Amino acid sequence: MVTDHKQIGEALLQVNNVSLSFGAVQALSDVSFEVREHEILAIIGPNGAGKSSMLNVINGFYTANEGSIVYKGISRAKMEPADVARNGVSRTFQNIALFRGMTTLDNIMTGRNTKMHRNFIWQAIYIGPARNEELEHRRKAEEIIDFLEIQAIRKTPVGRLPYGLQKRVELGRALAAEPELLLLDEPMAGMNTEEKEDMCRFILDVNEEFGTTIALIEHDMGVVMDISDRVVVLDYGRKIADGSPDEVRGNQSVIDAYLGVSRE
Amino acid sequence: MIYRETGQYKATYGADQQLFPIVQDRYFFFAFMAFLVIYPVFFGSDYLFQVVLYPVLGLGLCALGLNILTGYCGQISLGTGGFMAIGAYSFFKITTIFPDLNILIIFIFAGLISALFGILIGLPSLRIKGFYLAVTTLAAQFFVEWCINRSDWLSNYSPSHTIGAPPRELFGFLVMGPEAPGSAKYLVMLFIVAVMTLFARNLVRGRIGRSWMAIRDMDIAAELIGIRPLFTKLSAFAIGSFYIGVGGAMHVMFNLENVDPEAFEIFSTSFPILFMIMIGGLGSILGAYMGAAFIVLLPVLLRNAFPFLGIDIASHVIQHIEFMLFGGLIVFFLIVEPAGLARLWQILKEKLRQWPFPY
Ligand SMILES: Nc1ncnc2c1ncn2[C@@H]1O[C@H](COP(=O)(O)OP(=O)(O)OP(=O)(O)O)[C@@H](O)[C@H]1O
Ligand SMILES: [Mg+2]
Repeated sequence: MVTDHKQIGEALLQVNNVSLSFGAVQALSDVSFEVREHEILAIIGPNGAGKSSMLNVINGFYTANEGSIVYKGISRAKMEPADVARNGVSRTFQNIALFRGMTTLDNIMTGRNTKMHRNFIWQAIYIGPARNEELEHRRKAEEIIDFLEIQAIRKTPVGRLPYGLQKRVELGRALAAEPELLLLDEPMAGMNTEEKEDMCRFILDVNEEFGTTIALIEHDMGVVMDISDRVVVLDYGRKIADGSPDEVRGNQSVIDAYLGVSRE
Repeated sequence: MIYRETGQYKATYGADQQLFPIVQDRYFFFAFMAFLVIYPVFFGSDYLFQVVLYPVLGLGLCALGLNILTGYCGQISLGTGGFMAIGAYSFFKITTIFPDLNILIIFIFAGLISALFGILIGLPSLRIKGFYLAVTTLAAQFFVEWCINRSDWLSNYSPSHTIGAPPRELFGFLVMGPEAPGSAKYLVMLFIVAVMTLFARNLVRGRIGRSWMAIRDMDIAAELIGIRPLFTKLSAFAIGSFYIGVGGAMHVMFNLENVDPEAFEIFSTSFPILFMIMIGGLGSILGAYMGAAFIVLLPVLLRNAFPFLGIDIASHVIQHIEFMLFGGLIVFFLIVEPAGLARLWQILKEKLRQWPFPY
């Protein structure tokens, strides 16, 4: 389902000939693709294909051995993850990486931390500027809580939440930063059908309402075909296909990769 | 029935973000604060001040500082004694050089010097974590002890490097030194502790506090959402050490009054303060004081309990019993309730809130 009123624009992010290895393991070899403004791009591929590693390179968490990342027209070989985040890239993780000791609200508020600027003296005094800032951001956090329909667990420490809800809170934390590019690493893994449908709806809504560009990794082909505008397929660290869902579905090497046909 | 949250609706986020969202908590807190001011001033004995109140306030503030660093930001430190020594010796030096300077300002400077040292010790924390970081802080502790024992200047050339509390006034009242009335020292301590605790409470519920906890809970995810690990850890080292420095200076200047470097030894200070936050509750402000009260009071109770029951026990035996009890309790809290006494208190309140109809 490609929404017709959506304006897909220029490339927001370009991955140029990126290679990454861990010792003898070649996680990515010479991968190039682009993520265009306002689109939903799915990155798929068998286990160990290098999908998560790709996101980690975009994030600045891994540094590519070769190649470069161009984001908003600015090329970089190396960048601190915190700076990447401050430039408008948010993400969720394959294995949930929430702040377990903190409540749902605090997790989401932490996602807005980089948008808050009062120094620690104002914060220690609290009354006045720091309080106003806190309340202003609380209002934004509550919008996200309403959007994701998690009002009831606002004050619950996230460590006590069931898996599906934790995934949702993690999405909330990523959204809190009001990203331009949202990277989702298997947002629906381990969910039941109903939870998956909810998550799909949220992802589509984020994309349509806020115009957020989304790159997501997903194993469920049904979901991928449904929500993505374009699909990039990785296999053994190489890009083997790139195109619309229909093109990719009919691509012979993709079928082979998924059926486990030998590459030789 | 009396302790109820029901019916107290929050119409604004401001109301929901208050320190005590539940009205009864607020009343209880103000009543308790009033009691803390009034009772000791009118009925406090030297024994009450010196054995209970001064140590709980002074060491409690140190425990709060360590809790900021360890409980909130997850950076283990065994160097608490060293930072207390820095605070105390800094206070002593500044007040001998500037005898007329307001002591509140000197406490701030003592804290700042400790904070600077904290930043230095925190620098390796970007690369090393957990056990190895703890060893670094231990090295800092020994380094401070060594410096104090080496430098005659720091103690004004006292032969055993001892420092003492000089007589000092605050707003025309004598509040420091052997001649100062007990309640005057107490009120100054209580004031400093109350203000600093309020500040700490505000910090931990705001942006900085969330950054600390994010680093503690999952440092990689924190980094990937834009939190700078080094800056955040160093801010916890700086602010935590500030609190420990001020706490150490107060503990020495108001309570011990005469100390040699041995008073800041790892076994007599660093470890007990670590135990305070472990028993009181990691990552809890109330817990720091509950832990301090517990560790200060337990030996007092033990020492009084046996004679009271008519059992004749040598004092060194009581000390052994103390050690065993502390050991047992720490193991208990580590395994059963890592969130400590503060969490038990919270559970009690939750039970009370539902009483008499729990669902
Ligand atoms: N930190 C690391 N150190 C060593 N090897 C790694 C590291 N991270 C990933 N790898 C290796 O790189 C390859 C790609 O891993 P990656 O996690 O990117 O795959 P993936 O496509 O996300 O797989 P999955 O579908 O299982 O999540 C794998 O062979 C993996 O073992
Ligand atoms: Mg993966």
